[in-house]
Formats: sequence, C-alpha cells, structure tokens
Amino acid sequence: MPTQITLAKGLNMGLRKAMENDPKVLIMGEDVGKLGGVFRVTDGLQKDFGEDRVLDTPLAESGIVGTAIGLALRGYRPVVEIQFDGFVYPAFDQIVSQLAKMHMRSLGHVKLPVTIRIPYGGGIGAVEHHSESPEAYFAHTAGLKVVSCSNPVDAYWMIQQSIACDDPVIFFEPKRRYWDKAELDESATPHPLFAARVVRPGGDVTLVAYGPMVKVCLDAAAAAEEENRSLEVIDLRSLSPLDVDAVCRSVERTGRLVVVHEAPVFLGMGAEIAARVTERCFYSLEAPVLRVGGFHTPYPPSRLEEDYLPDLDRVLDAVDRSLAY
Amino acid sequence: MHVIVDSSPGTSPGPELVQLLTPEGERVEHPEYSIELSPQEYRGLYRDLVLVRRVDAEAVALQRQGELGIWASLLGQEAAQVGAGRAMGPNDYAFPTYREHGVAWCRDVDPLNLLGLFRGVNHGGWDPNEHNFHLYTIVIGAQTLHAVGYAMGMQRDGSGAAVLAFFGDGATSQGDVNEAFNFAGVYNAPVVFFCQNNQWAISEPLERQTRAPLYRRASGFGFPGVRVDGNDVLACLAVTREALDYAREGNGPILIEAFTYRMGAHTTSDDPSRYRLQSELEAWKLKDPIERYKRFLIKNSLADSDFFAEVDAESERLARHMRDGCRALPDPEPLSLFDHVYAEGHPLVDEERAQFAAYLSADVDATAERGEG
Repeated sequence: MPTQITLAKGLNMGLRKAMENDPKVLIMGEDVGKLGGVFRVTDGLQKDFGEDRVLDTPLAESGIVGTAIGLALRGYRPVVEIQFDGFVYPAFDQIVSQLAKMHMRSLGHVKLPVTIRIPYGGGIGAVEHHSESPEAYFAHTAGLKVVSCSNPVDAYWMIQQSIACDDPVIFFEPKRRYWDKAELDESATPHPLFAARVVRPGGDVTLVAYGPMVKVCLDAAAAAEEENRSLEVIDLRSLSPLDVDAVCRSVERTGRLVVVHEAPVFLGMGAEIAARVTERCFYSLEAPVLRVGGFHTPYPPSRLEEDYLPDLDRVLDAVDRSLAY
Repeated sequence: MHVIVDSSPGTSPGPELVQLLTPEGERVEHPEYSIELSPQEYRGLYRDLVLVRRVDAEAVALQRQGELGIWASLLGQEAAQVGAGRAMGPNDYAFPTYREHGVAWCRDVDPLNLLGLFRGVNHGGWDPNEHNFHLYTIVIGAQTLHAVGYAMGMQRDGSGAAVLAFFGDGATSQGDVNEAFNFAGVYNAPVVFFCQNNQWAISEPLERQTRAPLYRRASGFGFPGVRVDGNDVLACLAVTREALDYAREGNGPILIEAFTYRMGAHTTSDDPSRYRLQSELEAWKLKDPIERYKRFLIKNSLADSDFFAEVDAESERLARHMRDGCRALPDPEPLSLFDHVYAEGHPLVDEERAQFAAYLSADVDATAERGEG
C-alpha cells in the first residue's frame, strides 16, 4: 500500500530497513540516538536497535569517520551522520586520504562500506556553515561515490542501496526538502543507485540538476510550459559515477543544456558536465552549455540567501539565453 | 593562588620509568611488573632484535643504492617494537605508523612486503587480515582512530582480543590522536595506545610537542598511562602484555609511552646533524637495546657463542633475501594503476583505463612504424 511520507521519513524508513536486513549496519553521529538527529532522520532507531548499533558519538567529526573506518575494517557497515555540511571539513583527511584510498592501498584486500550522510544546501535561514554545498570536493576524489536524493521515494531506496554498496558513499541530503512529501510504494522496484532519471520530458532545453535544485527546475519547466517552451528535467541522483550518457541522450534531442546547482559555479559539477557534454555532443549543441549556481563568495548571511541561491527566475533567464543562440 | 603545574615534558625519565634491564644488562626487579621466560624465549627475543635491525640496515643500504625511494629507519627502537609485537596474541590486531618494521616482523610480514611501499611498486603489499597487521599509515596519527574503531568492533563481536595502536611523540599533537584517546575512553574500547617517544619528530624535539610528560596525558582522558624504558625489551614485553590483558578484560584503553631514541635520521632524506648534537646520540648509544640484552643473556648463561653465530648467519641469509628480493620486485604494469580503485568498479575508471590502453597500444604501433620498436 502506498503511503504518504516526507523525505526525512523516507530516510528513516530506509535506515530501519537496512538495519533490519543486516546486523552489521551501525549508525553513528552527534545526537543521532536519543534525540533522533537534529532533523529527526534517525528518530526511534536507538530505541529499537540499542546503543550498540546507534551510537551517540563525541563531538568530533574526524573521530566519527576515523572510528567508522576501523569498524568497517572489522566487518561492520557504519552509516555516519555529519550534522551539517559545513562541519564535514574536520573529517576531510579521514574521508579523502583514508576512507577513499584504503581499498586501493590494500590491493583490494579490505573493503570500506561506509556511508556518510551529509544534510546540505541552503534555503532554511540558518546561520553560517549550515547551508553549504561541498559535493564537488568529494566527487573530485577517486575512491568515493557521491549521490544525492531529491525526493522522499529516492531517499528511501537510495540510502539502502548506498549502505549495501561495498564502496564508501557520500550521501548528500537536501535539507530544505526534508519535509517535502510523496507517495512511497515499498513493493516497487528501485531505480539503480548510480543512474540519472528524466523526471520531466521535454524537447526544447535540457535542465540538469540534483538534490534541492530538482524541484526548482521542475517548477521552472512548469512555468516555461505556459510560454510553450518544453523543458526536459534530469535528476542526476549520482554525482560520482556521473551518468553522462543520460545527459547526452537528452542533449542530442534538445541541443541545449543548462546545469543547475546550489554549489558555486566555478569548478563545480556543472563545469564537469559542460566539458563532457561538449566533448561528446559537440555537433548536437545549438548553444554553449550554461550553468546556474552559487557565486564565488562564501555562503552569505541568510537574509541574502534568496539572492545567492538559484531560483526559478534565474533558471528561466539561463533558458532564455540558451534559446537566444 | 597556589597551583601545582608540571611544565616539563620529562626529557630525562624519572623514577616512574619501568625498567627490568639496566643499560648495563643487569636484571632489576620492579614492584608492579615482572617477567619470567624460558631460555628459548629469551633467546628468541635476541634473534628478533638482531634480525629486525638487519632488516632496517639492509633497507637503508638498498635506498643508498637507488633501489628504494626512501626508508624510515627504526634504528634504536627495536626493543620497543619487538617487546610490543611479541606481547600480542594471535587474535590481537596492530595499527602501525610507517616505522613499525619490528612489529611487522613479529606479525610474520615478509620484510620484502615492507619494501614495496618504499620502492614505489605499491602502497603496502600485504593482506592486513592475514597478519592482523594493518597497512602502514603515513598521515600522522590517522591510524589511531582506525584502531579505536576496530577495537569497538571487537567489543561488539565479543572477541576477547585487543588492538595495539602505534604512534610517535609528534603524533600526540595531532587532533586525531586526541580524538582517538577520547573515543576509546568514552566507549571503553579494548585498545592499547603504544607511543614510541623517540624524542624527535623530524627536527622538532619533544619540547615542541608537549609541555607535560606524554604518559600523563592519559589521565585527562580517564585511563591509565605508563612510561616504560623503550630500550628494554623485557620491560616493553612485560608492560605491553599486562596492558593487553587489561584491555582484553574489559577495562578500557591504556597508554604506554615507550621512552626511546631515534638513533638514525627521520628518513633517508633527512640530515639530523642540522638540528641535534652528536653528543646526544653518543649518550643514547650507551643505552643500545641490543647490546644491553646481549650482556644480559651472557651474564645469565642463557646463550652461548654457537647461538650468537647462528643468529649472525641467519642475519646474513635474511639480508641476501632482501637484496635479491628487492631487485626482483617487478615494476607494476601501467594499466594496474586502475586496479582496486573501487570494490564495485566505477564507469569513469573503466573508461579511462580503456582510453589509456588504446593510447599505449597506439604509441607502440607508432614506434614500430618509425622502425624504433
């Protein structure tokens, strides 16, 4: 029976399912136990699975990831919560130099099935360090896989698929979408974890987004329809691996591509997508690949974040520029 | 205001130093730690010390001959490493730095496997789970957190074993080491922190790392710390055995500071004459871990000249094994750089492997066409 759930609830249900299916799955992080996480994503799990499987940790991000690595070496599947995007940096060495490289350094002898959940992005009026989009740092690092869900149904399936993956997965959760709702059918067949998905078909311009910007792009496509413009929206879902094939298939039909993300444009995911699409679809392109994203500034105070974050109007402005070529 | 502060890191060890063997090779008693071994076990420790030093000397020589890119010598730290390594049970697990060649020896890792990293043919050529000896870790202190996590796993498994986490005096300044202490304390993890205080972190002396003696840091994290003579193999063995028992019995972590000295350079790329006095090295040479132990064996008639001759002969055989084996280590195939990046693969790695393979074979074809093949 399909049920109406929020994205946070989808994650919660997915985590519960993973813990039921595999006794080696552990949850670790600050406030994830009794409190159920500051966003309540782990609500009720410690009560049902005990303190040995849902660990309230000391307040030390490097320590959380470093000990998760040790637990993985011992055969566990830790799921780590970093409380907010801007707090992941103390764990950067453990993620980039230790977690990402250990499988290769061991010539394949050890596996590191660690999932690191990071609520990310802005739009919730938070103080500084609580609204950032650091995904490019991790997608840039060989040895990591990086995904981001955009809706409650994907949240439910993707968290389980990430935990089941034998590689480290950085799992970005769009915090401003935690309370968005959708119908979940638990008996459905999940989409493959590392594949993109066309979430709205169209023929004039392709919009590519992930995480919180998927909804903005869908809204933009709905608005454009009123002006008889047909926008195709692709939810990337996975940033590493990057499903370039899916983007190219679309661009070969539309000839125009706009990439949208909250993270700064410079050296962001859009730069990589633009380069690859240009290499692969040069003769299909009717216009340069355009990017809409954050500016080359630190994330602003929250009273300015509506100016900083891409919104429907900025996306449509880029669509206009693309169509003007 | 009356405040009592210990503001010295204790560069000369005080009465708290656990010692069972004086630098002159005299066996002394300690009120808390004792050790009794069979003659064969006593001789075995000597064999370990000598062979480990030979592994190190050969590796330094191989680096000088251009066979290794770099080597981190353990010269002077043999007793600390052999004492700790031999204290481990078969189910215990060690997390080393990049200098634990003596512990690797005790865990039956072929010394040739250690050379791969320093020769540049791999990043560590052994299976950690086969030896219960993790890969070398080069980022200072990072492995102490892995050790604590692994110990937390053992705790959940009810394994009854413990983890030995190695690090140096410099590492005690790292956040990761202090987080490891704290996590281990909070979760009562069965981990023994084994700090080899060799007095120098490349050019920086102990005073640049700490204001208080290192073993005392444990008390701030709520667990015991002990300072042992790191050049006394019997004391290191006795203290580590007891610490591992303590951890295995569910009492939580414990810190051992093995007070020793890095008699060589930091690595073969380092020149210690730029920052430390020769007289300091000369003073420590009088405390050499192997010399004192040999005197002890002779004084107590635990070994005869035949035994010493046999160890020397074995040392020669080991050196030959390393020289021949090192030169025979093949350079990896170019395409192997794409191996093992991911456990479940990654399309980008596959794509780049295929592109590079095509590039390499095109290059071969071009060379052949020019008649240069």
